[in-house]
Amino acid sequence: MDIREKTQIALALLFPAAPVTEVPVVAEGPPPPRDAGVVIQDFPRCGSHLDVLCRPDQVVAVAQIMDTEGFFLESIAGVDWLEKQQLEVLYDYNRLGGEHCRVMVRTLVPRTEPVVPTISAVFPAANWHERETFDFYGVHFQDHPNLIRILLPEDADFHPLLKDFMP
Amino acid sequence: MTVPISLRHDETFVLNLGPQHPATHGVLRVILTLDGEYVVKAEPVLGYVHRMHEKLAEGGTFAQFMPNTARMDYLHALAFNHGWALVVEKAAGIEVPERAEYIRVITVELNRIASHLLWWAAFLLDLGGFTPLLYAFDDREKIIDLLERVTGSRLTYCYMRFGGVYNDIDDEFIAGTRAFIKRLRSRMPRFYHDLVTHNIILIKRIKDIGFITPEQCRRYGATGPVARGSGISYDIRKNEPYSVYPEFDFEVPVFDECDSMARYMVRMHEMEQSLRIIEQALDKLPDGPVMGKAPKVLKPEAGYYYSAVETARGSLGYRLICDGGKNPYKLKLRSPTFSNLSLFGEVAEGMLLADALAFMGSLDLVIPEIDR
Amino acid sequence: METSIWRALFYLVGIMAFAGLNAAYLGWCERKGAARIQRRIGPCEAGFAGLLQPLADGLKLMSKQLLVPQGVDGIIFRVAPVLAMVPAITSMVVIPFSGNIEARAMELSVLLLFALASLGMMAILLGGWASGNKYAIISSARAVSQNLAYEIPMLVTVITIVMISGSMNLREIALNQMGGFWHWNIFRLENGHFLTMWISFIIFFICSVAETNRAPFDMAEAESELVAGFMTEYGSMGFGLFMMGEYLNIVVGACLTTTLFLGGWDCPFGKTPGVWWFLLKIYMLIFTFIWIRWTYPRTQIYRLLNLSWKILIPFSLANLLITAALIKVF
Repeated sequence: MDIREKTQIALALLFPAAPVTEVPVVAEGPPPPRDAGVVIQDFPRCGSHLDVLCRPDQVVAVAQIMDTEGFFLESIAGVDWLEKQQLEVLYDYNRLGGEHCRVMVRTLVPRTEPVVPTISAVFPAANWHERETFDFYGVHFQDHPNLIRILLPEDADFHPLLKDFMP
Repeated sequence: MTVPISLRHDETFVLNLGPQHPATHGVLRVILTLDGEYVVKAEPVLGYVHRMHEKLAEGGTFAQFMPNTARMDYLHALAFNHGWALVVEKAAGIEVPERAEYIRVITVELNRIASHLLWWAAFLLDLGGFTPLLYAFDDREKIIDLLERVTGSRLTYCYMRFGGVYNDIDDEFIAGTRAFIKRLRSRMPRFYHDLVTHNIILIKRIKDIGFITPEQCRRYGATGPVARGSGISYDIRKNEPYSVYPEFDFEVPVFDECDSMARYMVRMHEMEQSLRIIEQALDKLPDGPVMGKAPKVLKPEAGYYYSAVETARGSLGYRLICDGGKNPYKLKLRSPTFSNLSLFGEVAEGMLLADALAFMGSLDLVIPEIDR
Repeated sequence: METSIWRALFYLVGIMAFAGLNAAYLGWCERKGAARIQRRIGPCEAGFAGLLQPLADGLKLMSKQLLVPQGVDGIIFRVAPVLAMVPAITSMVVIPFSGNIEARAMELSVLLLFALASLGMMAILLGGWASGNKYAIISSARAVSQNLAYEIPMLVTVITIVMISGSMNLREIALNQMGGFWHWNIFRLENGHFLTMWISFIIFFICSVAETNRAPFDMAEAESELVAGFMTEYGSMGFGLFMMGEYLNIVVGACLTTTLFLGGWDCPFGKTPGVWWFLLKIYMLIFTFIWIRWTYPRTQIYRLLNLSWKILIPFSLANLLITAALIKVF
């Protein structure tokens, strides 16, 4: 059993309702909405092996499973879906050496009240990445040790990467 | 040399290794809390050269972002170009002809050598050796002259296009590159190793300084020579091959000592391995077109795409989210130095000021890449 | 000794001229030497081969405004650069350039030179402290601990020479070495001293590089760590005076090394001693100082101090004991 299958089985425990599915065929347009769950992706096409969509409160549990399986946090990104009035926080996990597996973990939060628990207790790398996501999108990470702006001036009062930001 | 925390008394002062400082390779500010000469707390402050490239990507088309990629890590700009070309080609399904792939590899590896030469020069300047700067720049001028013939730029290259490269290489470039490989190979033992690597003062200065354990690398996401100097054998060119790297026979230098000397040796050996790759690429260079078929207005399929390339500093990632339009919907740049620097606060605790600066030099920081 | 006013004036002007020319043109030598080592040309625009460059630099420095930042201690800030120059120039009074050329021969000239060197060290301390800048204070602290550590082996080595020559008068020490290079203190072929003298020379040379704050011992002005160290807040002539003081210290260090170990104004084959041999020797030593600076990177402060306290001092003390034993036996 290779690392991708191991991880997928470990993660599937968090989603008892949704089975693991293959990548859905997509026509033109945005990806179809789906519930939480683990989707196996076509690596040469998409660049990641697994796509996990979870609820915001499951983020720490997913991070702990990733830590146990030996992954490292590569980056945290935010996405602003203006029409759906949702903000998405996207975690990229990768492996340092050995077998290769890339896992993308996504979570959606409402745009008016974006609150996600922090994973910096599990991965210290998340400290700076979460600060950056807060800086650009205004996502508030609960229990973060030092959630202040990192790249913009400390006294800025805007979040520039939001789609409705007018400079 | 570190001092246990319990022995420190309470007379600390705050020293600002300010944005303007000869040793911080760009505009990085580090707020150091010092007890005499020992660092009690080190906190990097970023953002002095932040230009919001991610928003610029959303505001223009895919092709319009190509010059921006070079402005981030200007020392290894071709790798940043390459990563962007790879992710968009993945998203839009564009094929790249073989000759273009080989040319991409040759130019990226030449640029990698130039980047490592400049790192070497700046590192020694930090340590007080003023002369190696000029020896390294002598070789670097040759590389830059070669690349200027082909790409038109000396530092911030915008050479790659979706589908290949925009300019073919000619015989003079090939002959010049072969001459350069011979020249660097002959200069390495005397100018680089005899004068510097085996110098007792340098060895005493960077050996056993700045230990980064492999577990710390994993927890902070450090990649590249920083991780390879701690015994982790992770190189995207081998672990997750892209372009035509599987065709070449080269090694990935890994050292187990985890100190600054190990990171130094990793980069010196990487230069030699890059020379090997370039030689093999020149020998195997096929004929053919250098530009594949790409639509004039790119509208890739909607979805989430990721591509990773190995730059001189670590693994660079482009997380691209397309929505079917002609602009990227979201672009996240995963900058290797950002993650490498995040472990500075933890590792520098308890070090002497001079050692902390030597350690910072061994991390190979380029601030515009951190700040984007 | 004549005590005419003409003699005093001659030496006053002569020493000032020697000091001034050296301070200015050593900068030129350093830049040209550094350039050639680094495979480039160095100053070549101002005058033939850049020989008017020091003049141009001096004019530039004098025409700049002497910025005195707000938080400094007014008097000490202005006095410190002067205090850096004065001991070096004063030291030249007792150096025997040749049999006839010496401003004032004193019985305790060696002691005087070391006392004046300590004054120079004080100038660095005062300059750094008065600047009110944290970088400057760190740098002064480093410089003081370094100078203190390296004065000790230097003094112990000099005691060895004094014991052999039987006098603290520099002129006597030099006269004791006349007659060819085998009489020079570095070789000292009689009485078995040749076994230990070369060690003394090496220790003394290393200590003079460290005393004058030259690379690889330039903690005090470690450019890439502490901006410009204790000179950070100084501009224009304040900076100029510190730099000139440093070069003059190098000259005095070279003169002292030559007089103590290399026979002063003696010719290597004992034929025609004269001031030209003295000048040749000091400039060869100064070239070595420059050569070392541009070859090696910097050490760390604790290794520097370890070198002095744990290696040089025990060796020099052992040397002293052996020399004393040899003198007693022979």
